[in-house]
Amino acid sequence: MRKVAIYGKGGIGKSTTTQNTVAGLAEMGRKVMVVGCDPKADSTRLLLGGLAQKSVLDTLREEGEDVDLADIRKQGFGNTWCVESGGPEPGVGCAGRGIITSINMLESLGAYEASEGLDYAFYDVLGDVVCGGFAMPIRDGKAEEIYIVCSGEMMAMYAANNICKGIMKYAQSGGVRLGGLICNSRNVDNEKEMIQELAKKIGTQMIYFVPRNNDVQRAEINRKTVIEWNPQCGQADEYRGLARAIDGNDMFVIPKPLVIEELESLLMEFGLLETA
Amino acid sequence: MTITKNKAEWQPADVKQELLKVYPPKVARKRAKQILINEAEESSATPEIVANVRTIPGVITMRGCTYAGCKGVIMGPTSDIVNLVHGPIGCSFYAWLTRRNQTNASSENHENFMTYCLSTDMQDSDIIFGGEKKLTAAVQEAYDLFHPKSIAIFATCPVGLIGDDIHAVARKMKEKLGDCNVFAFSCEGYKGVSQSAGHHIANNQVFTHVVGQPTKERSEQYKINLLGEYNIGGDGFEIDRVLKKCGITNIATFSGNSTYDQFASANQADLSCVMCHRSINYVADMLEVKYGIPWIKVNFIGANATAKSLRKIAQYFGDKALIDRVEEVIAEEMPAVQEALKDVHPRTEGKTTMLFVGGSRAHHYQELFKELGMKVISAGYEFAHRDDYEGRHVIPTLKPDADSRNIEEIEVEADPKLFRPRKSAAEKQALESQGFEFKDYQGLIPDMDKNTLIIDDLNQYEAEKLVEIYKPDLFCAGIKEKFSMIKQGIPMKQLHSYDSGGPYAGFKGAVNFYYEIDRLVNSKVFGYMQAPWKKNPELSATYVWE
Repeated sequence: MRKVAIYGKGGIGKSTTTQNTVAGLAEMGRKVMVVGCDPKADSTRLLLGGLAQKSVLDTLREEGEDVDLADIRKQGFGNTWCVESGGPEPGVGCAGRGIITSINMLESLGAYEASEGLDYAFYDVLGDVVCGGFAMPIRDGKAEEIYIVCSGEMMAMYAANNICKGIMKYAQSGGVRLGGLICNSRNVDNEKEMIQELAKKIGTQMIYFVPRNNDVQRAEINRKTVIEWNPQCGQADEYRGLARAIDGNDMFVIPKPLVIEELESLLMEFGLLETA
Repeated sequence: MTITKNKAEWQPADVKQELLKVYPPKVARKRAKQILINEAEESSATPEIVANVRTIPGVITMRGCTYAGCKGVIMGPTSDIVNLVHGPIGCSFYAWLTRRNQTNASSENHENFMTYCLSTDMQDSDIIFGGEKKLTAAVQEAYDLFHPKSIAIFATCPVGLIGDDIHAVARKMKEKLGDCNVFAFSCEGYKGVSQSAGHHIANNQVFTHVVGQPTKERSEQYKINLLGEYNIGGDGFEIDRVLKKCGITNIATFSGNSTYDQFASANQADLSCVMCHRSINYVADMLEVKYGIPWIKVNFIGANATAKSLRKIAQYFGDKALIDRVEEVIAEEMPAVQEALKDVHPRTEGKTTMLFVGGSRAHHYQELFKELGMKVISAGYEFAHRDDYEGRHVIPTLKPDADSRNIEEIEVEADPKLFRPRKSAAEKQALESQGFEFKDYQGLIPDMDKNTLIIDDLNQYEAEKLVEIYKPDLFCAGIKEKFSMIKQGIPMKQLHSYDSGGPYAGFKGAVNFYYEIDRLVNSKVFGYMQAPWKKNPELSATYVWE
């Protein structure tokens, strides 16, 4: 089983990209479990057709320690398993601690056992690696490969670089590696070249360039992944492409994050290219 | 490495060098500023020391945390305020009855909740989802069980990290319960550099939420507050006995054997007497600004110091009847003290000691050792600030740093209804012209001999080194230092909790202390530290190949 975590700046499209990619993997016949690590519990909406799912932590709170896997795991598109970690209301408690608790819960309930026949476990993690709790999926071997969703926008690249610092920290002690950057295009000038260059500098690859397409929004309104909503459309093929790239990926590295000056000069270089 | 020099050969500068030798350069630079060779007698200015700064990580400090200062020291000794700790159970359990502050709940309707250990017992799910609901339920439960006048809520570290708004819960519950004053302390252990931060947080909240609340009128004569006396081993009982005998009314002790009504009526006193300057001088200031109550520094540790403090109080009130009564009491009490001293002094005279404790105790107890004819060769505080070492004149020069900004400073102004200056400016001046000193504290340094070492925030390494070099006859500190000292063969007296002894305050306390110290410094047990066969082997032999 491959254990994959998806990180990236808030609002960059981690959940959308994860679910569409997972749909592609499922279509290829892979058995996938998606674990949403976001207190908003909206990481599996497209796979489940909008079904509001009871999160691990809600279940734990309401039913006590006596929880079954069936209580917290729902089947979604393409026989994927969908789990939401859940968490506190905004402004209270500690969501990071919540993620730790729910992943431990899944483990003790046997969600990762060989008998489950999983090919992939995907962790869709909220935003940046802000504190220890959100780094949980990349610690202790919970996730082994990381993909960072980013775009050619400065703050997205900055966040990607920051996440690399988190990966580097845990790569020394554990087995976690960076599998690549997924560019979720925002139609920034020279975007593809810039992210390719950023990836190179960090020591990794841009594993796929997902073009911007309104079909993604249309599918989302219908509470579906693009592949389920319209298997024939061009964007569905893009996600199939990303799924294949991940499935065949064999480049796993310990990233070398850039210092801020390097990052800025990269932006400058590609920004100036545009004006010239 | 063992030290081979004879203790007489050590100069203070060498000792300081020896203590610093082991540290990396940056740490040594920092510690050097906290180790002072006293030269107070030579120059007119008191030398400067660095205090109230962060302990270097990795060093085994004598300090406690902010929560310990708030919950353990200040609020711990109050008897009828229910103490409810919001946090995992350990913080509550290990702060439960661990200080020897005593309460007397024998009077009618005098509740004593000190023996209870109340905690919200936070679990993983409370950390994740926030613990406010659990805290609200715990306040209700405590109220239903005890119907107390007041409930105090204490924050532990995780509460600050997850951001539970304990003050909002307190406000809500105070309103809901109606007849119970619920208030809270943001005293997370990690705040500040030592327990001193916790003292501030506790005192500020007591001043804000309790002092001046409606309570019964006090009409007795010579009403005082006793600030910074925590009734360890019954010190407060002895002080109260002496005060009562003199006809002085102690309205409120902050906070030994205290009650809610004592705090509430503190604004009715006519004089505040400050014992522990560190933990409470700012409350004395606030009482003066808000209610017009002047304050003086007193010290009831030591028979002479007690007599001096009583005379000072009598002089303040200026009433001949009181002045005469105080003299009578001193005359009555002193013979027993002198008799004990006559017995003990020949055996204690010339012995040496070191004191590393508190924010005042390392200073106050020097009075008792002086009476015993003992010499204090080194002393320092755990959590004091520069003014406790050098005197109050340095206060305007103290700059707030990032750590002190963590602690709320409250600004008070004269209360429109309750402010009443107890002494006019002219009356104060008249007293001062007779040498009477209001709000005055010269600190520890001027009272110490030349060439003694004054060390702030001493740590385990330095303590052991000091003892190894000086081989004092007695070492005074807290429980954490107790056994490492005993293992080195040095008698050790705890001046936080008094081991199992006390009281040591006032006249009777002085007698207790004399005999206790006599027992310790003349104990023969430490002479048997080394097994006799190690000193004088009955057989001696060598291996054939030697």
